[in-house]
Amino acid sequence: MTERLFEGADWDFHTLQRITDACEEVAKNDLGLDVYPNQIEVITAEQMLDAYSSVGMPLFYKHWSFGKQFAYHEASYRKGLMGLAYEIVINSSPCISYLMEENTATMQTLVIAHAAFGHNHFFKNNYLFKQWTDADGILDYLDFAKTYVMQCEERYGRTEVERTLDAAHALMSHGIDRYPGKKKLDLRAEEKRAGRRRQHEEEVFNDLWRTVPKGAAKSKSTLSLERRRKLLGLPQENLLYFLEKSAPRLAPWQRELLRIVRHIAQYFYPQSQTKVMNEGTATYVHYRIMTKLHQTGRITDGNFLEFLQSHTNVVFQPEFDDRRFSGFNPYAIGFAMMQDIERIVTRPEDEDREWFPDIAGKNDVMGVLRDVWANYRDESFIAQFLSPKLMRQLRMFHLHDDPEERAGIRVDAIHDERGFRRVRRELARQHDVGYIDANIEVVDVDLSGDRRLILHHHVIKGAQLNETDAKRVLQHLADLWTYDVSLIEVDANDKVLREYVVSPRPITAAA
Amino acid sequence: MHIIDRRLNPGGKSLENRQRFLRRAKSLVQGAVKKTSQERDIKDVLEGGEVTIPLDGMHEPRFRREGGTRDMVLPGNKKFVEGDYLQRSGQGSAKDSGPGEGDSEDAFRFVLSRDEFVDLFLDDLELPDLAKRKIAQTESEGIQRAGYTTSGSPSNISVSRTVRRAMARRIALKRPSKDEIEELEAAIAACTDEDERSLMLAQLEKLKAKSKRIPFIDPIDIRYRRFETVPKPVAQAVMFCLMDVSGSMSEHMKDLAKRFYMLLYVFLKRRYKHVEIVFIRHTDRAEEVDEQTFFYGPASGGTLVSSALQAMHEIVRERFSPADWNIYAAQASDGDNSYSDGELTGMLLTDKILPVCQFFAYLEVGESGGSAFDLSDSSLWTLYERLRNGGAPLSMRKVSERSEIFPVFHDLFQRRETAQEKAAP
Repeated sequence: MTERLFEGADWDFHTLQRITDACEEVAKNDLGLDVYPNQIEVITAEQMLDAYSSVGMPLFYKHWSFGKQFAYHEASYRKGLMGLAYEIVINSSPCISYLMEENTATMQTLVIAHAAFGHNHFFKNNYLFKQWTDADGILDYLDFAKTYVMQCEERYGRTEVERTLDAAHALMSHGIDRYPGKKKLDLRAEEKRAGRRRQHEEEVFNDLWRTVPKGAAKSKSTLSLERRRKLLGLPQENLLYFLEKSAPRLAPWQRELLRIVRHIAQYFYPQSQTKVMNEGTATYVHYRIMTKLHQTGRITDGNFLEFLQSHTNVVFQPEFDDRRFSGFNPYAIGFAMMQDIERIVTRPEDEDREWFPDIAGKNDVMGVLRDVWANYRDESFIAQFLSPKLMRQLRMFHLHDDPEERAGIRVDAIHDERGFRRVRRELARQHDVGYIDANIEVVDVDLSGDRRLILHHHVIKGAQLNETDAKRVLQHLADLWTYDVSLIEVDANDKVLREYVVSPRPITAAA
Repeated sequence: MHIIDRRLNPGGKSLENRQRFLRRAKSLVQGAVKKTSQERDIKDVLEGGEVTIPLDGMHEPRFRREGGTRDMVLPGNKKFVEGDYLQRSGQGSAKDSGPGEGDSEDAFRFVLSRDEFVDLFLDDLELPDLAKRKIAQTESEGIQRAGYTTSGSPSNISVSRTVRRAMARRIALKRPSKDEIEELEAAIAACTDEDERSLMLAQLEKLKAKSKRIPFIDPIDIRYRRFETVPKPVAQAVMFCLMDVSGSMSEHMKDLAKRFYMLLYVFLKRRYKHVEIVFIRHTDRAEEVDEQTFFYGPASGGTLVSSALQAMHEIVRERFSPADWNIYAAQASDGDNSYSDGELTGMLLTDKILPVCQFFAYLEVGESGGSAFDLSDSSLWTLYERLRNGGAPLSMRKVSERSEIFPVFHDLFQRRETAQEKAAP
């Protein structure tokens, strides 16, 4: 009889160590996971609330919007509207998992299996994270960002810094490079470069240059349209990048702030594209580990039942007409798909052989899963691996809502022979961040004229921008650009649907 | 593999952010605080609490798409087949805004601590006037005993401490006592046996050497008294609560008065380190009482307002020199006074009370929903109004509902120019 990891619900730090060792053994030997070194930190509920309000990061620069988050979470937590997450895990090396002190020993086991091994493996191996994030450098970079923002506040005043950060935050979701092509971020080097930039500026600063007479303005009309756009790297969909490089009147420290916000946005970008996969992976891993621990007698039947109850809650998927329904639960669909892949690999039916000839009956469950975890994101994962059986099981159907259609919302496809591919394609599309976010890009700047910045929003399926918000964001954009900004909404046929023109507020122009 | 206990790390990492947020949302939160405070009891208000501000004011905009045709995949189909239509108002389109939903902004609720709450509530209030406000903000240094120290000036040697330590040391090191030596000397003198005598002499020698080695008082025994300078607030205030408790004052009116006094107390407490409260109740004669009696003690009789003012005047003369104290008075009354008392009251106020007061507030309380209240001005009101028009620093308001207490208080203490204060009604 093997030794139990713990008895009852209590735990201490030796227990945590034993639990982690046991989980690690299963994770490495049975599942063949490859993880960053783990760092497990035990925190209180209040600290968990703190962590929430800085997007889960242990250190972050100061800004009022995080205070707003905190006040909001705290209020709903106190009123019992919201439970706290059992864990927060950070994509860094070492991979940091926060555990709440209130958790029972069983819950700690679940959380360690889930975060320290499931998420950790995913972070380390998925191609998007490999491509875009720098797990070694992120904590140092955040530290740098925090200090830098603080120094700016001392030098240039809190209001000025706040104004720049507010503007940068408004454009944050448009501060992302969506397509690889540039090399992966090396945040540590980035931090060093920022330091060198500042130093260089200080060294080469020579007051004399201000006194050099400006010659007559060069004729700019010679610059052809094509050449101008090429010089500015247009069209450019990374608005923050564009402003950082080309906004004419930003102070160097403002550019640096934009760069910081942009780098952080980029760091979180893979997470928004892999919610289903990431949670599915972690849930599948914790399920396997817990089951194994139970089978080998390391946790009791009682513990296992406690685990099953939490697990079931987490992967619960309400149906569309249920009051609790609020879209697909990434845990539920992710876990269901991982299990389904396991089924296809080990016990395929004819249908599966037809749909998934590459993996059906291959028998190497972990080999297939590890490959999937490494090479897909939500959109491609669903498009590739959502099986007819699972669609039937979840009774998925596709609705098409055209406001022009009087009769109501049309059921476009259901879970039948004719519908499988369409339902799957549509669900995949709904998980494509590139498709969900508004497609906005800088198309031109009239440098010889009034320096107006021209942006296009490519309207898809008639969904235009919310007017109030769009105006506010454009106001921020204009404040940074310091000249007029115009945003034109065009449909697929280049027909102009609406145009916004916003002028910068004088206070920033004067700065 | 590291397991780290972070629970002892200082929490409240978000405190700074929270303060930034409150600073930014100040005007919004302030409005909300005022609104909230009208709906609640004073006690609860001072406990801090939840406020709701419109989310709109703190909105962080992003580009959002809306409208157009929508596609969605949902789970849980039970009966639909391809080509069916769902009614819009029904299931599956719950997100369409129906009538009444409009584009109302969500409100944003959160909890303020007691301090944050009171701060925000009192933030734009200010003590009216005056010359002594400058004093109110300066502090002088005071000196206070603060235990003992091993170094210091000889004048601060604490003899009793030093001796006590010396004794402890002597006992611990077994220093021979004077008695012991004398006894031995006597024994030597009385001794006849030569051998024994030389033995005792040697012992005496040893004892003497030992008592030389272990001094009676050693420098390490010495203790000095230590003094510390502490900021000593000059700022002190006394608040006189004058209340008419004659038969005409109902419980409701007393309640209104009490609320006003409580607010004034909290407000003064914020500004001064020491606030004294003097409760004076009066019928046709006045007495100083404790809080309990003041608000709940039964009393009845005629009304002579001058008696209370006289009592206040005497207490000021005895205990609160106007040079050292900031004096505030709040008088609550239903406005009745005997006709014959008017002149004396006016005289006391102008000659004795108002010159020493920073601020004198007169609160006329009326019955709830009191319509009769507004018909004609009471005798006191008329009198005070005359005084004020004559330039006296008096503030006066009428209150008949609980919810009016806060606004009235706010009104009275609103930050403003001194000149305006005098001119404005």
